[in-house]
Amino acid sequence: MKEAHPGEARYAKIEQTAERRSTAARAVTYFFLILWAAIVLFPFYWMILTSVKSYGAYNSEYIPKFFTLSPTLQNYVDAFTAVPLARYFVNTIIFTLLTTAIMIVVITLAAFAFSRLDFKGRNAAFVLFLSLMMIPGELVIITNFVTITNLDMRNTFQGLILPSVTSVFYIYLLKENFEQVPDSLYKAAKVDGTSDMKYLLKVLVPISRPTLITVTILKVIECWNSYVWPRLITDDENYFLVSNGIQEIRENGFGRENIPAMMAAVVVISLPLIGLFLIFHKKIMAGVSRGGTKG
Amino acid sequence: MIKWKSRFNNIKGWLYLLPAILFLGFFMVYPLIDVFVYSFEEGYNSASQTYFGTGTYNYSYVLHDPYFLQALKNTFLLVVITVPLSTGIALLISVGLNSIKPLRNLLQTVYFLPYVTNTLAVGLVFMILFKKTAYSDGLVNLLIQWFGGESVDFIDGPYWAKMFVLCLYTIWVVMPFKILILTSALASVNQDYYKAARVDGTSKFRTFMRITLPMISPMLFYLVITGFIGAFKAYSDAVALFGTNLNAAGMNTIVGYVYDMLYGDSGGYPSYASAAAIILFAIVLTITCINLLISRKNVHY
Repeated sequence: MKEAHPGEARYAKIEQTAERRSTAARAVTYFFLILWAAIVLFPFYWMILTSVKSYGAYNSEYIPKFFTLSPTLQNYVDAFTAVPLARYFVNTIIFTLLTTAIMIVVITLAAFAFSRLDFKGRNAAFVLFLSLMMIPGELVIITNFVTITNLDMRNTFQGLILPSVTSVFYIYLLKENFEQVPDSLYKAAKVDGTSDMKYLLKVLVPISRPTLITVTILKVIECWNSYVWPRLITDDENYFLVSNGIQEIRENGFGRENIPAMMAAVVVISLPLIGLFLIFHKKIMAGVSRGGTKG
Repeated sequence: MIKWKSRFNNIKGWLYLLPAILFLGFFMVYPLIDVFVYSFEEGYNSASQTYFGTGTYNYSYVLHDPYFLQALKNTFLLVVITVPLSTGIALLISVGLNSIKPLRNLLQTVYFLPYVTNTLAVGLVFMILFKKTAYSDGLVNLLIQWFGGESVDFIDGPYWAKMFVLCLYTIWVVMPFKILILTSALASVNQDYYKAARVDGTSKFRTFMRITLPMISPMLFYLVITGFIGAFKAYSDAVALFGTNLNAAGMNTIVGYVYDMLYGDSGGYPSYASAAAIILFAIVLTITCINLLISRKNVHY
């Protein structure tokens, strides 16, 4: 017993050092993680802060203040009255809802055909569809621009919406999901004389609701943030979406550089998606890690 | 009767596919063929829809256009700087995130926030943080001055400063996706390996190099490939920071060059745009193939 003592003491010391070291490591880890969180959140804080500073206060601050004691909502009023922000907003909502709704119908029908129906040429068609996934959007946008221009669909919602109502990737995702539903349900429905359409709407769609919701949310995010196509296809302000609207505001809006009003517009534009994210963050993150790409 | 039924089933299958086929054919397959046709039509006039002849003049025009060369340089710099940096930082953050328990979910959610924001809108916030105006030097410049440095206009100033902001903003934008993918990859590594390493008294660094990295290498590699592709297609980040006239700012990207050729003050040249787009995709394809070759040696599936 007695001989063991020195060894035990040494062991305790080693353990203590190790513990201290791991505490230090943990502290450093937390420091950097919180630092990155601050870098992520700071622009959001800054835009909200700037949006409630008055025009005069903002421009008189040579050294910008990190808080304001006299917040004002005047900038939000300006954002909706001095520039057609409300119109951009409504346009984006129409565009987003229609595009997403049409896409869901198109991909559901296609996924159903690929997963349940038996017809000649199905596998060949599916391989062809999959190969389309590799086509980058930048390559086809040139002809689409010319097509839409020639069809006189510039500055219309059809022109904005039609090119983006299908997604091979989502068809693929949904097909995989439909296939997980046991085939026996389909056979049973057939025996009962249920039509294919009825089976799709009453059985497959309700069962696959989680995937459909994920696809919907991802598409809504994509639509809300789309910039390039709307920019090419609209030059009439009445058809601008929020991304183009904010660019227009930056270049021509509010007369002299009215940064606080601009930031108010930025807040208004960002709010819907941030709200969506706060409600659905688990679903969105799971969905993106399954099939999103950006960057 | 049976024959009739199977024919009916065939037609029905194609009917369900019809909307998708129509849209894809019209807006994807046809344009894909057409873009190659455009790129070889010389002197195409979009008003009269006529052209003089066919050949490779469009490619040679684009490759000799100083604006295109500038865009090429900007894009390459952006790719070379942001892809390794963002992947590396994302890896560090994910490893850190994986080693903690309290606050983990909260931080993970916070880190994902930039993914759902409008690139154009938040770019404006970066612009006002970095821009020098008559009223104020901007927050970042004041910080630089406070540390004893000299202020510089990051939005209208020297090239390196503009490049710096563009890279910073790009990294800020692409980070959420990478952190998300890497944290889930790290979380799915079998814990038994770590336990075995701990029993053997393996150092943390060695565990990371010998267990963690090989286990997540497929995901890491996936991020590098998508990162390359994404960075080569950079455009809206630059517009958000420097405005729509990227050529004037000297900050255009290849994709930006394509769109400028198509539309806007310098637009109306779908042939040049097509040639530039095809050059871009030749580059992306080549780099992706090189990546795949390298990965075959280094990635453990």
